[in-house]
Amino acid sequence: MKLKTLAAMALAGTLAAGPALAELVIPDLSYRTGPYAAGGTPFSDGYQDYFNMLNARDGGVGDEMFRIVECETGYNTEKGVECYESTKGEGALVYQPLSTGITYQLIPKATADGIPIHTMGYGRTSAANGEVFNWVFNYPANYWDAASVMVNYLLDENGGSLEGKKIALVYHNSAYGKEPIRTLENLSAQHGFELTQLAVDHPGQEQKSQWLQIRRERPDYVLMWGWGVMNQVAVQEAANIGFPMENFIGNWWAGAEHDVTPAGDAANGYKSLNMNRVDASLPVFDDIRKYVHDAGNAAGDGSNVATVLYTRGMYAAMLAAEAVATAQEIHGVAAITSAMMRDGMEALDITAARMEELGMAAIGPEFSVSCQDHGGSGLGIVQQWDASAGAWIALTDYIAPDDAVTLPLIMEDSSAFAAENNIEAGCM
Amino acid sequence: MFYREAGDFKTSYEADSQTFPIKFDRYRFWAVLAVAYLVIPFIINDYWANAILVPFLIYTIAAIGLNILTGYCGQVSLGTGGFMAVGAYAMYKLMTAFPDVSVVIHVFLAGGITAVVGAAFGLPSLRIKGFYLAVATLAAQFFLVWLFNKVEWFYNYSASGQINAPERFVGGIAVTGPNTDAWAKYMICLVFVTVCAIVARNLTRGTVGRKWMAIRDMDIAAEIIGVNPLQAKLSAFAVSSFFIGISGALFFSVYLGAVEVGEAFGIQKSFLVLFMVIIGGLGSIFGSFAGAGFLVLLPVALKVIGVDLLGWPTDIVAHLQLVIIGALIMFFLIKEPHGLAQFWRIAKEKLRLWPFPY
Repeated sequence: MKLKTLAAMALAGTLAAGPALAELVIPDLSYRTGPYAAGGTPFSDGYQDYFNMLNARDGGVGDEMFRIVECETGYNTEKGVECYESTKGEGALVYQPLSTGITYQLIPKATADGIPIHTMGYGRTSAANGEVFNWVFNYPANYWDAASVMVNYLLDENGGSLEGKKIALVYHNSAYGKEPIRTLENLSAQHGFELTQLAVDHPGQEQKSQWLQIRRERPDYVLMWGWGVMNQVAVQEAANIGFPMENFIGNWWAGAEHDVTPAGDAANGYKSLNMNRVDASLPVFDDIRKYVHDAGNAAGDGSNVATVLYTRGMYAAMLAAEAVATAQEIHGVAAITSAMMRDGMEALDITAARMEELGMAAIGPEFSVSCQDHGGSGLGIVQQWDASAGAWIALTDYIAPDDAVTLPLIMEDSSAFAAENNIEAGCM
Repeated sequence: MFYREAGDFKTSYEADSQTFPIKFDRYRFWAVLAVAYLVIPFIINDYWANAILVPFLIYTIAAIGLNILTGYCGQVSLGTGGFMAVGAYAMYKLMTAFPDVSVVIHVFLAGGITAVVGAAFGLPSLRIKGFYLAVATLAAQFFLVWLFNKVEWFYNYSASGQINAPERFVGGIAVTGPNTDAWAKYMICLVFVTVCAIVARNLTRGTVGRKWMAIRDMDIAAEIIGVNPLQAKLSAFAVSSFFIGISGALFFSVYLGAVEVGEAFGIQKSFLVLFMVIIGGLGSIFGSFAGAGFLVLLPVALKVIGVDLLGWPTDIVAHLQLVIIGALIMFFLIKEPHGLAQFWRIAKEKLRLWPFPY
């Protein structure tokens, strides 16, 4: 009983402190603990550092300061719900949970509460249909785009035909890992390759049997939908069975430095997708170092600047800040609400010139968002790990997905969702 | 002084064998119910409902279920997560297959389906005991999670393998789905907790419960005095799974709204509920409430104190949480192996003599 009153008092105290209105509140549902911390930490560092840099350098956006509310989810859906409930009352503008599981939780809740969700390259793929998912955005690319980009890349490598090839998919046995299966099945029927599915259970430390099967069946290519500790283990296991690394391609959540460094030289040649270009010389990193790190405000320990996931976190923050600016422009007020933020996200237009202006030239593809299309362009690059240089080398320019494959799937899944939940499709 | 038997005369057998023989206890019980039913629904907000009270109530049902099996009948089970998953997926299939039937009926049916599954997995308990039975139930845990991941029929062939609770109403008020009001979520869970706790309490006081306890204390002796171990053990598994199934159904439909079996009903869930039962007190209905409250509230309280009041980094607080909860579990197991319920009992004993202990 005592504990209850204590907690009640503490909670009452924080709730009484209340929302300070004239601020742009950005909740950061991060995870710096648990089996996925290796990926969650640099992403969250980049996300927070960029907003802090804008605060220090420009005084926020449109003279309105950002306030970041961090909440640790541990990649756990129950904690994610707790974080959502505890931060939404503060005037949260947009949620980026960096977890497909938490995204599925939040889609109905945030839609009911009128707060946009941005799931950049993860989450529910069919949310790209903005007429059904008014409040959910997954630009610039989604999982089905990723699957299609991978297959297009392989087609390109094999002179346009994958007839008779064997491709294995190693995936995290969760909503996240299962997302690409349907697309890959369709693509396998279309291009005549044979698809083997190998599920890896959470958290992914145990993959011996899956890789034994790969050794036995000798697929031509292995694709991977992995995250957290699963990636490192998979790269190590692939090295152990002597699978040719250049035929092993991860998606964009399975292609960061910490995924390949534990395997050392054996990881050399491992490929992955990326939605960003990794370039440590971007001027924006200098600004972050100057205005945030030198001032002692770095999120985390400040060691992740310019890594793959740090860059992506920063990119996510940039897209959010640009949406804020767009929303301010549309509505003519600086202190925007979450509903205005949604309008800003829906009218977002990212051009090469704008990215250059922001000090991050060519960091991502050009794209624009519309009411019908919340999914962006879906482009991705293929990068390869160079173990001796310790760096990811971009092998290709941005590759386009096959919209003829993904679009019907998106329509099918989103209309099923709309029917299940009695949603009248349409623009807001 | 006010907490005593003296002066509280019983004139009938019913009065003599009631749940709370002491008048003060009865008043306190009604006071708690009054606050729960008449005060909290009017002051509750989204945060209190979704982050604290609804999980507390749902875990309480699960803890009552496990307590019947482990605390009253002495059969150790590590399959709670798997049985909750059965409840959740049964609920999902029922909700989507029969949208016109009330969810209240669905919850009970989900409990019934779980009871059947639980009894089937309880069959090994007739041959094996203790650690070996724990391992057998562990197999149930892993098998059920694998099953719900593998067979697409259970999640209606959705692309992601997630199940989502559609919006459903009780008496015109939404109780599942995103537009549910905080008080409606809370009330439906509260009603189920009340019913489950009263049923469980009375089951354990009667013939059935005494048979369970006889089996727990010494199964050979129980058999000699005429308790049928087959019936007693299987009924314990069935009743326990019934409650766990109800909690799984509510966990999915009311609390989270969307679940993924590996993440929500993994082995961690089994351990969490087991810890609740152990910390709360084996063989006590109050202990199920106390244990669930303790393990739901403590992380939230630590987070609020660490992050919101002291302003520490979130990762340090998250790590500290593990340390503190682990230390507290060890502390309780050493200092009070009978759990929080024993503190309650001791407090009541002391109260009886207060203020003139002799």
